[in-house]
Amino acid sequence: MADDVRSIAVEGMARVEGEGSLHVSVRDGAVADVSLDIFEPPRFFEALLRGRHFTEAPDITARICGICPVAYQTSACTALEAACGVTVDSRIQALRRLLYCGEWIQSHALHIYLLHAPDFLGCADAVELAERDRAGVARGLAIKRTGNELMTVVGGRSIHPVNVRVGGFWQAPTREAVAALAGPLDQARQDALATVAWVAGFDFPDVESDYRFVALHTGDCYPVESGRVVSRGLLDATAEEFSYRVVEEHVARSTALHARIDGELTYLTGPLARYALNSRLLPEVARRAAAEAGLEEVCRNPFRSIVVRAVELVFACDEALRLVEGYEPPDPPAAACSAPDTGSVGAGASEAPRGLLLHRYELDGRGMITTARIVPPTSQNQRAIEEDLRRVVTSSLSLDDPELTLRCEQAVRNHDPCISCAAHFLDLTVEER
Amino acid sequence: MTTTATSRPEPGRPSVAVWKFASCDGCQLSLLDCEDELLALAGRVRFAHFPEMSRTSTGGPYDLSLVEGSVTTPADAARILEIRRLSRRVVTIGACATAGGIQGLRNFAAAGEYAAAVYARPEYLSTLDTSTPISDHIEVDGELHGCPVDRGQLLEVITAHLAGRRPVLSGSSVCQECKARGTVCLLVARGTACLGPVTRAGCGALCPSLDRACFGCFGPSDAPNVAALADRLVGDGHGRGELGRLLRTFNAGAGPFAAGSTALLGPDPEMGSPDHG
Ligand code: SF4
Ligand code: SF4
Ligand code: SF4
Repeated sequence: MADDVRSIAVEGMARVEGEGSLHVSVRDGAVADVSLDIFEPPRFFEALLRGRHFTEAPDITARICGICPVAYQTSACTALEAACGVTVDSRIQALRRLLYCGEWIQSHALHIYLLHAPDFLGCADAVELAERDRAGVARGLAIKRTGNELMTVVGGRSIHPVNVRVGGFWQAPTREAVAALAGPLDQARQDALATVAWVAGFDFPDVESDYRFVALHTGDCYPVESGRVVSRGLLDATAEEFSYRVVEEHVARSTALHARIDGELTYLTGPLARYALNSRLLPEVARRAAAEAGLEEVCRNPFRSIVVRAVELVFACDEALRLVEGYEPPDPPAAACSAPDTGSVGAGASEAPRGLLLHRYELDGRGMITTARIVPPTSQNQRAIEEDLRRVVTSSLSLDDPELTLRCEQAVRNHDPCISCAAHFLDLTVEER
Repeated sequence: MTTTATSRPEPGRPSVAVWKFASCDGCQLSLLDCEDELLALAGRVRFAHFPEMSRTSTGGPYDLSLVEGSVTTPADAARILEIRRLSRRVVTIGACATAGGIQGLRNFAAAGEYAAAVYARPEYLSTLDTSTPISDHIEVDGELHGCPVDRGQLLEVITAHLAGRRPVLSGSSVCQECKARGTVCLLVARGTACLGPVTRAGCGALCPSLDRACFGCFGPSDAPNVAALADRLVGDGHGRGELGRLLRTFNAGAGPFAAGSTALLGPDPEMGSPDHG
């Protein structure tokens, strides 16, 4: 009987980074199947890293994603520094965190204003939104520009920064150049506070999910560039230990590699997870903004992730400002790194804007990469996103098709999936398209 | 912020489409990164297809198609022909689209090796054994180099093509920009392996200004002498493996770089000796 079959299909999802599609089918009033498919061709990064010298990995892996290159560079650097047995000094670590804040600022502003907010306001895109609220969109673009400026000062440019190397940086930016960021960052922090107030007023579907959150945790500050991998009651691990716990399963029916803990537990990384495990470590200004926006210490409504992202935007601006004020140029700008001639292994994890990013490398005695493993946020979140879709469709069956389609797309965009990242590790659609 | 009005452009305005093939999204992100110009640009042209920005997509024909990424699947090889058919002008943006990108390294490996190395079940993949630039498949009206492209150059290319004039882009080398900037030459002063002499200008000699040698992300300049540079660097004590790998990154597939790296490394798909200077 196929008389009550409803299917929602979005081929070529818009306003996500990369190319993906989603399919939902509803049979006799119940959700029969959901899938978020990736149809980006894989680029085989793990294969092409083999036989490269370890110093080349940050620049090569940056090219996995133009939206979060610093995440790739940072996870690669920390993994390879671990392989070399090097710990960078506090100045280098602070500069790395500052650069990473720039990436959070530009990426979160991009997602909130250009990719996600139009969903809540019934617009096709930010251009249409600007017709109604030009000042609002201009504010978002101004925040984004400040993030890019910060990345340019520290990294040389905002897309695929050139100043990062294993061990630190090629050159420390001057005190003057860094100090000049204070004004724009102060403005961006104010604009970020306005962003929290703005998005808190959106209408949110009443959906909650019982996520298993996984995020970095440091105990003394909100996690960005480093930390232990933590999940309440389940996990408190180094990046290396985590790499053994996270298992990627090659599911033939599906198009994707699904990452699960111990091969069976679905989990979520990203803003909701970071916030749930670290909200107490946010600076006062961000905690106050969160409270005023009605957020508690944990948020389980995926649609409200836009509010959490906005709170993280306040944090990133505030943290960048703090780092700018305390800036001491590292000298030398990089720690010397060389690979042990016995061969070595190193893993590193950092918080990309959209979630945990794990790198692990094995090096031979000449410093050449023999094995590379990269676990990006989207492949970790893929299963949780599909579960969200199932829940959202179940609670939204009264909507007509265009509305339900939009709701589904929104449910995917809640997690800011970066399909460009995921695709390099995910399988392709088997069906010929 | 600019003050240009942003009312929905009427259909008479030129239509621009942005297409993605195998890539990292970085080059099209350059467009969204034009914060000061984005709303003004959206007022002057109609983004008829730009999925990273909008849910709305209208069919062709398009006045200008910007293409990011390389061709790596049979489906994409067919799709680019269709895009050409629908577009008055096609301009490729970035190293992936103009040279095959970092994913083009598979072109130097044995067929099927990469898929087998990453996927437990390579039989489910429908990828080609090569990653090829768009110009291997269709005639293009312009190419913009860089990994990523430069934002200012991208705006120049869009403006020029819509006005029907040639964009003003330099074919000279990073060295030229480096000298104009007055940076101390890393190659001369320290014997560092710098690709500036053979790399296309456009970035303003960014890396040397940060005390880093150019690694060629803008691809080969017009008429580069890669062999002469390689000879000199080998003479300075750099290893052939190191130099070969240096040429084999984002623009590995660009003719002069591909020839240069093959001359240094030989046909051996292993990436040469471990020396890295
Ligand atoms: S050329 Fe570089 S920046 Fe542009 S899409 Fe390709 S990898 Fe990304
Ligand atoms: S540093 Fe490099 S780019 Fe600059 S002049 Fe020397 S060789 Fe040319
Ligand atoms: S100096 Fe060379 S590697 Fe650096 S940005 Fe310019 S072209 Fe790219």
